[in-house]
Amino acid sequence: MRLPGKGLIDRTKPLSFRFDGRQYHGYQGDTLASALLGAGQRLVGRSFKYHRPRGVLTAGPEEPNALVEVLDGGSQTPNTRATVQELYDGLQAQSQNRWPSLRFDLLSVNDLAAPFLGAGFYYKTFMWPRAFWEALYEPLIRRAAGLGTLKRQHETAPYEKAFAFCDLLVIGSGPAGLMAALTAARAGADVILAEQDSLMGGRLLVSGESVADRPGLDWVRASLDELSDLPNVRLMTRTTVIGAYDQGTYGALERVGLHLPAADHLPRECFWRIVARQAILAAGALERPLAFSNNDRPGIQLASAGQTYLNRFGVAPGARVALYANNDGARTVARQLMAAGVGVAAILDTREGVSALEDCPVWTGVQIADTRGRLGLSSISGRHSGGEFELEVDALLMSGGWNPLVNLACHQNARPVWRPDIAAFVPEPGMVPGLTAAGAANGTFSTHGALAEGQGAAQSALQALGLRPKSAPLPRAEDAPYVVTPIWSIEGKSRAWLDFANDVTVKDVRLAAQEGYASVEHMKRYTTQGMAPDQGKNSNIAALAVLADATGRGIAETGTTTYRPPFAPVSIGALGAGAQGAGFAPQRFLTSDQASRDRGAPMVEAGLWYRPSYFPKPGEKTWRDACDREALMVRHRVGVADVSTLGKIDIQGKDAARFLDLVYTNTFSTLAQGRVRYGLMLREDGFVMDDGTTARLGETHYLMTTTTAAAGPVMRHLDFVHQAYCADWQVRFISVTESWAQFAVAGPMARMVLNAVLDQAIQDFPFMACAPVTVGGIGARLFRISFSGEEGYEIAIPTAYGEALFRDLLSKAETLGGGPYGMEALNVLRIEKGFITHAEIHGRVTAFDIGLEKMISARKDCIGKAASQRPGLNGPEREQLVGLRLLSGSLAGAGGHLFTPGEHVHRETDQGYVTSTCFSPTLNAHLALAFLKNGRARHGQTIRIVDHMRKTDVLAEVCDPVFLDPQGVKLRG
Amino acid sequence: MRLTCPLCGDRDRREFYYMGSEDYLNRPAADAPIAAWDDMLHLRTNPAGLTRDLWYHETGCGSWLVVTRNTVTHAVLSTERVADRASGRKGAAK
Repeated sequence: MRLPGKGLIDRTKPLSFRFDGRQYHGYQGDTLASALLGAGQRLVGRSFKYHRPRGVLTAGPEEPNALVEVLDGGSQTPNTRATVQELYDGLQAQSQNRWPSLRFDLLSVNDLAAPFLGAGFYYKTFMWPRAFWEALYEPLIRRAAGLGTLKRQHETAPYEKAFAFCDLLVIGSGPAGLMAALTAARAGADVILAEQDSLMGGRLLVSGESVADRPGLDWVRASLDELSDLPNVRLMTRTTVIGAYDQGTYGALERVGLHLPAADHLPRECFWRIVARQAILAAGALERPLAFSNNDRPGIQLASAGQTYLNRFGVAPGARVALYANNDGARTVARQLMAAGVGVAAILDTREGVSALEDCPVWTGVQIADTRGRLGLSSISGRHSGGEFELEVDALLMSGGWNPLVNLACHQNARPVWRPDIAAFVPEPGMVPGLTAAGAANGTFSTHGALAEGQGAAQSALQALGLRPKSAPLPRAEDAPYVVTPIWSIEGKSRAWLDFANDVTVKDVRLAAQEGYASVEHMKRYTTQGMAPDQGKNSNIAALAVLADATGRGIAETGTTTYRPPFAPVSIGALGAGAQGAGFAPQRFLTSDQASRDRGAPMVEAGLWYRPSYFPKPGEKTWRDACDREALMVRHRVGVADVSTLGKIDIQGKDAARFLDLVYTNTFSTLAQGRVRYGLMLREDGFVMDDGTTARLGETHYLMTTTTAAAGPVMRHLDFVHQAYCADWQVRFISVTESWAQFAVAGPMARMVLNAVLDQAIQDFPFMACAPVTVGGIGARLFRISFSGEEGYEIAIPTAYGEALFRDLLSKAETLGGGPYGMEALNVLRIEKGFITHAEIHGRVTAFDIGLEKMISARKDCIGKAASQRPGLNGPEREQLVGLRLLSGSLAGAGGHLFTPGEHVHRETDQGYVTSTCFSPTLNAHLALAFLKNGRARHGQTIRIVDHMRKTDVLAEVCDPVFLDPQGVKLRG
Repeated sequence: MRLTCPLCGDRDRREFYYMGSEDYLNRPAADAPIAAWDDMLHLRTNPAGLTRDLWYHETGCGSWLVVTRNTVTHAVLSTERVADRASGRKGAAK
């Protein structure tokens, strides 16, 4: 029910929206909750477990009941708090957790079955038969419980992430936060003021009190005007600080576009990482509900929420309102309601002996025994110090006192301390380094106290920042003491709710205590209290107080559960902003990328790189057709492949040779200039790290090649070895992987292709030679190395010329019946030759395992040498690299395990495993590389390959891993 | 989390690669008994409190750093370049 003239809404801007398909009207400045209440819609949701009718309990982000699904731009956002969702024209929302409709929900039968659904019922009811769990119980529970639903589609809405740095982060913009921001900003500090609400001002927006002898709202506006004029202040509304992390880092979630209709250019939310040298927690406090019988009916609301709906949104909580409280705060609300013309039936004070002097009936010592009203409150009944009562009311505003929002102060695992005088937990100084609590968040509830603490906290922060505060008088404000008589549960006829969101009652907490779950952490998990979307913001303190009472311990002794980030729900979309799809990882493209795609090559990922898999020709039906053709083309004609992804490290300096001798197992100081050598690199623990060729370009100049996968790790390793063990050596190195495009030209006609592009033809260019060459006048490098077993060259050219050279090489190769080859053919060619990749040197193999133990020079030390010789890394018990030639069938991939034919197949008889497989068109055979126990002594034997994943079981002959041209005649040819 | 690289200044944790304990700096002599290598490679204390470990400014200057920090409070107490302290240290490769 709207009241004319009241509130901060803009009545000149009416908005229309839909809730559960019905059209409603509200105003600019409304939340979905205030608009629904303004339209007289009290019932907004169904509870989690019992499907009880529920209304709006709060006016803030802590709302446990009014959770709705917002439908916008094709997306569906579940569990949206209607108290946070701002109204816009055309907003569509629907209620959750009800079927078939909100007013008539069949699953409310659960409420009748409540005696069987108490705390821990999952553990008691669904224990047996065991097989029923997955098939019946779990799907059943999942359908009945759970709140909103997901569309099960990819999130396509835009999100953002951002970073900010400041001297002082002020969290909350009530009197404490505003005063802190003003004090710090005036002294020149770089200030961020973050407020979760769409408007700054906190309680001053609704309390109706005066500050500095004028309406509090005027003081707020003047303060914001001053702050927004200062260049050293950033005001961030709709920004909830959700976590306090190490080194003054705070996470914050900004609602950028959620208050507007969805648009492609508009991020829904932005996740901020704010690094603040100092921070002030001025987040305020949350009002506590009271736990009495049937306290969850629509129409029962927190007193502070009623005040907010009245003063900010011009909405009356009801036509006839009662207030139920254990402190004085609710009296102010009652007076404001009466002043606005709302009928106040009575103030029900739980306390005895307090003043009864108000313009409405005041009863003291009140215990509400029950409430009535199926879909909304219609009456309350109970006792007061003068007798029994029954009141016809449609709204009840309750207040059980206030809980300071200590959450952020506790995020680094410190516990808040109990203050009996205000019956609340408060933070202690130093719980998060650099963070100071002020105002209600610190348990100081008067406005004067908040302003004073805000100013004081800012002055301390300025001092820590080395800035001098300017003296300014504190604005005059209300300074009434906060008096509360805690009452944690009120005995009555029925269940009294503590946790509205997860349907946990006083009885459940007592039952937990009775069944031995007496620790607060156990009670929480047994009853699920505090585990709903509101994370117990409305119920934690009352629940632990009930537990303390049931176990005969004090509240301080019982303690709180752990406060963890995030303070408020954060969508995964915001956390992962920018990392969806292609944004998940950077992409690296070869200079030949477009040329390969032009030829229809499917690209495969190799780390961050994209490499061509094969180059299909018309008429080829499968990748195998193309792969077989490309492999034979290289063997008989010539093929060109882009190998630029291999790591290239340029190493220079007087001690370069000495350095290579230290990092490689073999010797590079003896390598002649203009020659290339294969090198093996170990980790310090003795296992193989990487392999590759290194060329000596000059006396003090080497070029190292790494595998594609290990380019980064090898660079890191070289830096470590240099800086940790020989920092004084004169050697420097840098990655030049992306500076050079490099192409393999392999096959019997390789030299003809090269000579067609080189400015000066090569004649006698021996195996493992390297030399500078020119192509069209451009300086390039030529290496005679081969990963195919054919006469092979690799030509490197500055990347700017990579694509041109690639296209040129292809056209020359094609005139000779050759062409490009992709990763599939490259793999076949290297398996035929027994050349290893990281499929073989996967981190658990030694030089001995791959038959290269002789490459560990006896004449010098190297990284990994000592450990490579330790027991267990050499000998017949090791699985050693072998070739396998299949005797029948085929293998679809690596991973199969090896067994001796005739032996039982199980873990204990495992003889090894397959690392690489291919079909060799040259040998017309299915080949594999594998590690086999004592494999080198078993050439000629038959072995069984069992792959449980792919359900294959085949036999193979064990042989040398070099299937083709073991003497290397073609290689050197 | 941020670390102060002596060359680049205060930088986000994402720029760094973590290796492990500073024990890796104490490379035994080539002919040291296997126990010494085992110690350097594998045996670690798990301190609650002060710890010193190796970080690599991988997307920055390429410096290896010894970072002194507290595993209980998460405070980063100091950072030092490995190269600045490594020269002439025991176990350095000859």
